[in-house]
Amino acid sequence: MATAARRDEQELIAALQSSDSAIAAAACAELVQIYSPRIYRMALKLMGTPEEAEEVLQETFISACQHIGQFAGRSALGTWLYRIGTNVGLMRLRRRRPEAISIDAPMETDDREVLPQQLVEWRWQPEEIVLSQELRQALDQAVAQLPETLRAAFILRDIEGLSTAETAEALGISVTATKVRLHRARLQLRESLSRYFAAAEGTHGRA
Amino acid sequence: MVAHDRESCRELLGALSDYIDGELEARLCQEIEQHLAECQDCQILVDTLRKTIRLYQRERPEALPQAVEERLRQALASVHASATSRPE
Repeated sequence: MATAARRDEQELIAALQSSDSAIAAAACAELVQIYSPRIYRMALKLMGTPEEAEEVLQETFISACQHIGQFAGRSALGTWLYRIGTNVGLMRLRRRRPEAISIDAPMETDDREVLPQQLVEWRWQPEEIVLSQELRQALDQAVAQLPETLRAAFILRDIEGLSTAETAEALGISVTATKVRLHRARLQLRESLSRYFAAAEGTHGRA
Repeated sequence: MVAHDRESCRELLGALSDYIDGELEARLCQEIEQHLAECQDCQILVDTLRKTIRLYQRERPEALPQAVEERLRQALASVHASATSRPE
């Protein structure tokens, strides 16, 4: 199965790189078919709004289809697309608030490893609780509050399910650096969600 | 709430994600498990970290809206059209 998928991918890459523009265009359409839902989902989490996610999606695929000649096949096609998409998204996020970069303290202030503050048990299993609209919002908000580099690592590894090595590849950083970012992201999210659950329990408990 | 600042807890903190992911070497795993057996704070920490990840994995992925996919295809088609009409 894996070999068949691998061969299919090789064929798709060859078609994408074809000098026959009709073949290349058809292959590009296939690329969209296979990967656009994943790239859109990633972009939506990274950017936070459907409008910006769509812009990232378009820029990613236009860039991929234009630069497929440079794709050397060292990584999987999907990882390569995630890499382009993450780059496009992160660049836009940095452009979005130039003042924050020049005025604020350097990145280390908010992407450090936070010492756990909230140490209250969650007496339920994630598979059992209702994902209400309110909880979904809390989940999104917690991700949105992460510094963007941590956010990207978390989305790729834990939401999109890439391996640590693939995430490192997509982010263009070492495996060690990827693990550090992922860990910090998880700690910060855990902290935010703990606060959310503590507050929610307080409200519902009294009601 | 208990202050979670014991030296032994801090030393292990950085390795917890690797532990959760099963990417930690056996010796360190053992060390963490020994610590967990006697530290309730760290038990809670590991449990809530695991649950954090599982909560996000449980979220139903957003589908790609058809209109968004259609506009993407149009954008790519116009790029292809301009590329083929442009003389080399």
